[in-house]
Amino acid sequence: MSIIQKTASEQLALLNSGELTSVELTQAYLNQIEQIDGQVGAFLRVETESALAQAAAIDQKRATGAPLGKLAGLPVAIKDILCTKDTPTTCGSRMLENFEPPYNATVVEKLLAADAVILGRTNMDEFAMGSSTENSAYQTTQNPWDTTRIPGGSSGGAAACVSADMAPLSVGTDTGGSIRQPAALCGCVGLKPTYGRVSRYGLIAFASSLDQIGPLARTVEDTALLLEVLAGHDPLDSTSVNQPTPAYSETVNQPLENLTLGVVDRHFGEGIDPEIEAAVQAAIQVYESLGATIKHIEMPHADYGIATYYIIAPCEASSNLARYDGAHYGYRTDQAEVVAELAEDGSDEGPLVRMYRKSRSEGFGEEVQRRIMLGTYALSEGYYDAFYLKALKVRRLIRQDYDAAFEQVDMIIGPVTANPAFAQGEKTSDPMAMYLEDLYTVTANLAGIAGISLPCGFTSGGLPVGLQLQAAPFQEEKLLRAAQMYQAATDFHTRRPELS
Amino acid sequence: MSEFSYEIVIGLEVHVQLKTKTKLFCRCRTEFGNPPNTQTCPVCLGMPGSLPVMNKKAYFLGMRTALALNCGIPKFTKWDRKNYFYPDLPKGYQTSQFDLPMSEEGYLDIKSTKDEFEPRRVRIIRAHLEEDAGKSMHDEAAGKGDSRIDLNRTGTPLLEIVSYPDMRSAAEAKAYMQELRLLLTYLDVSDCNMQEGSLRCDANVNLHITTDDGVIATPIVEIKNMNSFRSVERGIEYEAKRQYDVWQETGKVLGELPKQTRGWDDSAQVTRSQREKEESADYRYFPCPDLVPVIVTDQQIDEVRQEIGELPSALRERLQNEFGLTIYSADVIVNQGLSLVEYYLELAAAAGDNKLAGNWVQGEVLRILNDQEIEIEDFPIDAGRLAELLQLIQTGDLDSSKAKDVFAAMLTSESSAADVVKELGIEKVDEGALEALCQVLVERNQRIVDDVKSGNEKAVGALIGQAKKENPNVNPGQVRQICLEIINNL
Ligand SMILES: [Zn+2]
Repeated sequence: MSIIQKTASEQLALLNSGELTSVELTQAYLNQIEQIDGQVGAFLRVETESALAQAAAIDQKRATGAPLGKLAGLPVAIKDILCTKDTPTTCGSRMLENFEPPYNATVVEKLLAADAVILGRTNMDEFAMGSSTENSAYQTTQNPWDTTRIPGGSSGGAAACVSADMAPLSVGTDTGGSIRQPAALCGCVGLKPTYGRVSRYGLIAFASSLDQIGPLARTVEDTALLLEVLAGHDPLDSTSVNQPTPAYSETVNQPLENLTLGVVDRHFGEGIDPEIEAAVQAAIQVYESLGATIKHIEMPHADYGIATYYIIAPCEASSNLARYDGAHYGYRTDQAEVVAELAEDGSDEGPLVRMYRKSRSEGFGEEVQRRIMLGTYALSEGYYDAFYLKALKVRRLIRQDYDAAFEQVDMIIGPVTANPAFAQGEKTSDPMAMYLEDLYTVTANLAGIAGISLPCGFTSGGLPVGLQLQAAPFQEEKLLRAAQMYQAATDFHTRRPELS
Repeated sequence: MSEFSYEIVIGLEVHVQLKTKTKLFCRCRTEFGNPPNTQTCPVCLGMPGSLPVMNKKAYFLGMRTALALNCGIPKFTKWDRKNYFYPDLPKGYQTSQFDLPMSEEGYLDIKSTKDEFEPRRVRIIRAHLEEDAGKSMHDEAAGKGDSRIDLNRTGTPLLEIVSYPDMRSAAEAKAYMQELRLLLTYLDVSDCNMQEGSLRCDANVNLHITTDDGVIATPIVEIKNMNSFRSVERGIEYEAKRQYDVWQETGKVLGELPKQTRGWDDSAQVTRSQREKEESADYRYFPCPDLVPVIVTDQQIDEVRQEIGELPSALRERLQNEFGLTIYSADVIVNQGLSLVEYYLELAAAAGDNKLAGNWVQGEVLRILNDQEIEIEDFPIDAGRLAELLQLIQTGDLDSSKAKDVFAAMLTSESSAADVVKELGIEKVDEGALEALCQVLVERNQRIVDDVKSGNEKAVGALIGQAKKENPNVNPGQVRQICLEIINNL
């Protein structure tokens, strides 16, 4: 077994015992990227030199016996939405093509403090808006299990690189399912933490009240290890919650006794691929065989999740993305063209407004522009009450549904997606079909609760199927233990896509 | 067209820069006058991924002001985003408070000591916190459109105090601004420097015109750019006349035209229509998802209330009622600020004569402060030393003109009043000797005696002159009084 096929936890043990150096490990991943990322397109930028330099420094540190961080020497891939000082951070957008933030996101600081090696930046839907990574302004990412298919999104690169052994650990973000859905479609583990569990400082905002940073890895254990590093209160983020971070990696292997799982019957039946339903039902039976009790529960407002999400998220996005106006940083249209255009069309629009209009029309992709317009409309005078305010009310009802459910059950079990990975281009002209990809995931974001996706089978066509567990706020520790119970009893997570 | 009488209706929106070391949502400094864009960070530059964290100091300064304006403090408030595009607003929205401001429903009383208007209570609709924008400097010459932006000011905490349209003249509006500024300085919440923009005023103005068919209202105009008390007054006066003329011309009334924004051009002394900042005035307010709501406790409100000392209106009343000063004197002293009031209180207590102390503070002391352009803190004679001087006046050891000589000498020395009196060779004349001197003078000047007897009391002045020649230390008042007594008893 090659070193890159081992789990991060196994690699860490080898690093600590001296059987492996971080430079060797990093180089092994760089080789793998070199060999296969041409087919996958997971990385926007591979930071070969700095990664090897970091790895060498950590090896040195380890050799001197200095205290080491929790990820000492392990390579980590970062979604290109997390600000990294003096390093391009594009958010998958033309708008930020040449943008180098003057500061590090808090999670980047945490990774560096944990002695992780930053391997490179992964591809994503522009400003995290999308479910297929096709909205990246730079490249598409292919699903390692079938390169004619999408990897999911928006953290498509983050999931694909882990799935194809190009990184042991990867950091993504989840606004409506952007970690869990690609993890499911690529056959890896992805966790969306409770809102406020991980600092958002330096995460380029899509929808501030929904965005959370979270880990992706091949196993639940590795996911626990990375979450332990990412989580924690941050005085720079007013919405981060001041709660101690449990040692997830130390408890992840302790099975839960008297586990009660809730099943929402409406998650099955109409609209769901029968093979997915079968795989998820089989997973539920695995839990039963492990001693879990299954309860059928109602989530009366879950059907309104997508509608609610597609009002709140665009509203916040329309405001969050107003700063990309061409005036201060990022893409600005050609000034001479502005002047020439105005002279030609004789519009009484001022040069400033025309500069805004052109910069934003040229710098943003179609889906981003669509959501900015949706949000602007929904917040406008006369529509605010009917759309935004109503959506907030439904959001509260959805949270109440969860609160009621978690009084009866420890976790909710169900599918992540209704279908396996679809073909590239299949849904690009049908935004509604694309939005429905988030059907089972958005409610966790609206309610601010935690959710995890883990491999639970394959379709007859060989595509991965994901299982979702959702837990009450700040119950990540139990969520990981429950997920690990399943993973210890199954071997879906050990299978590898075949890429030449 | 015939002339009609009208009433000016004025409401003011005042923006106060709060005196915090750091900005409202980041740790950048708030100093004025530093090189452009040197007081910035990812947060106030609106960099991607940056997040705001509320400055609690600013919140409590805002609360202190609101309490002093008799406002109610809701227990729950939140932050909202006011969305619009402008280059001096790097995030594309201003973080402000929309439907749940930090304070509501207060008032500020104003009155005029010069009878320019009746005393009036101006009600406050709300006072809320928001962040300041940056500054744009346009070079619009020849349509070049070369603009420069300084974001040092971006994110500075502002308290916006919105009044009801309760004022009825430009003089009232000016008085409201002056009283508000005084209150803010007593509270020590702002530098209140109108030139530097730490106190800014926008006025909403329209007219209620009494016509033959009843009272009509003209469309409301918001006047901006009034950077001094005088321009507030002039701007409103100009705007009232302009609105009246426009109404005479067009007959347009409230509701028939959209609200207009006009800027006050101080050099031309006119208001001019301003190009709108954005095409539509729909700010798409919504709660800021990056900031948590603010929940305040009764205990916090009480603590802030404790920080508030005696305020101008209460002090004026105390100086009138307890210290017996005239309304005018009380006003003059209080309007100079808390330090001068404290100086007065100390002086009055030490001198033992409230009115005399009032006269001296309002007269000699203020004259020196104005002449030398210094604050009372830098005034060379402390209240204790001045009190000794006032005591010498009360005992009759010094007459007022001698006292002024002593005062002048004390300004440049550190000696006590008594020592200065000695240094200047001023001696109190023995009462017996003075009477004897007067007796001699009366006997020597029969012509003056006759003049006085025939009703010309002023003639006695010549005797005072002679007395001074004989003995420079005599008190002219005393000489006058004694001589008159002797003459009248003849
Ligand atoms: Zn700043």
